[in-house]
Amino acid sequence: MNTSDIFNFLKPKNELETQGTEAEPENRPRIPDELWVKCPVCKIPVLSSDLEENFKVCPKCGYHFRIAARQRIELTVDEGSFEEFDAGLMSTNVIDFPDYTRKLKNAKLNSGENESVITGIASVGGYKTVIAVMNSEFMMGSMGTVTGEKVARAFEYATENRLPVIVFTVSGGARMQEGILSLMQMAKTSGAVKYHSDAGLLYITVLTDPTTGGVTASFAMEGDIILSEPKALIAFAGPRVIEQTIRQKLPKDFQSAEFLLEKGFIDAVVPRGKLKDTLTRLLALHGAEKTDGEAADNERN
Amino acid sequence: MSAIDCVNAARSNDRPTAVDYITRIFGDSFFELHGDRRFADDKAVIGGIASLDGMPLTVIGLEKGRNLKERMERNFGSAHPEGYRKALRLMKQAEKFHRPVICFVDTSGAYCGIGAEERGQGQAIAENLMEMMTLKTPVLSILIGEGGSGGALALAVADEVWMLENAIYSVISPEGCASILWKDSTKTAEASECLKLTSKDLFKLGVIERIIREPKTVDSVMFDSLKNLIAQTFKKLNAYDTETLLERRYDRFRKF
Ligand SMILES: [Zn+2]
Repeated sequence: MNTSDIFNFLKPKNELETQGTEAEPENRPRIPDELWVKCPVCKIPVLSSDLEENFKVCPKCGYHFRIAARQRIELTVDEGSFEEFDAGLMSTNVIDFPDYTRKLKNAKLNSGENESVITGIASVGGYKTVIAVMNSEFMMGSMGTVTGEKVARAFEYATENRLPVIVFTVSGGARMQEGILSLMQMAKTSGAVKYHSDAGLLYITVLTDPTTGGVTASFAMEGDIILSEPKALIAFAGPRVIEQTIRQKLPKDFQSAEFLLEKGFIDAVVPRGKLKDTLTRLLALHGAEKTDGEAADNERN
Repeated sequence: MSAIDCVNAARSNDRPTAVDYITRIFGDSFFELHGDRRFADDKAVIGGIASLDGMPLTVIGLEKGRNLKERMERNFGSAHPEGYRKALRLMKQAEKFHRPVICFVDTSGAYCGIGAEERGQGQAIAENLMEMMTLKTPVLSILIGEGGSGGALALAVADEVWMLENAIYSVISPEGCASILWKDSTKTAEASECLKLTSKDLFKLGVIERIIREPKTVDSVMFDSLKNLIAQTFKKLNAYDTETLLERRYDRFRKF
């Protein structure tokens, strides 16, 4: 064994060497069209119509199935209030990365969306807010230049119009196929968040399963208030990367939303069915503007 | 040099580390400061105050260590959250005393481990990105070896970013990229090409402002010219009023 072998042997693994293995986390079962769905956690079959009525949360054990961004918007905003920003913005293969053009095409087909985030303006419980919802169905919510651009523009719009921002995150991390330009989105979005924050405006993040990598290390962790759905995996480095690094098994609930709450990194774990009410309360407490034009905080008068 | 040659050069154990740059450029004027005031002193990050031709500045580096013992102590340059928080503390201090900040970046990435996750690696990096964007003093970051993803970017939200000729800067390691693309982590040469991680590629993409030529063997000529360039650049950046400085910095990253 020469010296460099020793170095390699001792050298700890880090995000770079192993990050990619987390880019496409194990597929949690999505809800098929059949009448009955078996919950992957409690293994009890649930009628899919019951599941739909229950915000895609298992009525027996409370497991939160992943949901697509459009459905998330439906569950969150007041009916018919959503106006989308930049719907036509699309990624191109800027650094000519092998197979990326085909991957993008497939992602569009599979998700029915143009990018891994949908942004726009809406009213939530009667309060006007900018909203961004990431989509696990588009390349596992990975952050490319268009993802970053849409998020940055949403924050800039909110800053200009003095509006709060709500972001639902779900992401496997940076988008390798855009190389360094994907990394730059972390700085770009963080900058837009910072100017929004410095303007005294409210930013609420809602972390959903899974939120990892470059999104965790940028706008996901930058909210004034950080909420999470129960049991969501929230991580910088995913569990498999860490297990490879430290060569031991991780405790069962390591990096769960509940674990992060205990460690002091999020404000509250909120079940899906209570999210809209919670967001409405928080918007009200920050004097958000009512959609009919009146200021929300009557106390101020 | 091919991309994989750059990767190997950037990782070479013979390469000068942040401590070498600090010693060769700032000499005895460097006074080291320790700790994040919250948890610990992360030795993967070295920081302090130094003087450049009479101008005080804050110096921060990601340090890999120069021999096995140092490498173990410094965790091979992979910082924990406390390392990023230590860096931010020193940057805030620089802002308070109106002195510019220089960062020497050399890391294969932020550390991935139990403690790092428990103490909020993601949150620590995110906070640096946010705070650096509006830090009211000039910031210059120089990638001297490996620029490993978020762990490198957390010290590179700067007014100018430079790279040594054979340094690399990437969102993922060639090994990681190869194992995803071709399910074969040994195809690092191909992956290195795809990622566009060399100083030349990154200059073309507008990610860096300057490439620092590397002589075959590092000599005092390189450090002296680098020292002059740093002094000139801070003179230029110091001339901007704060508003202009921060606008330029925001636009620098906004364009990507
Ligand atoms: Zn269940």
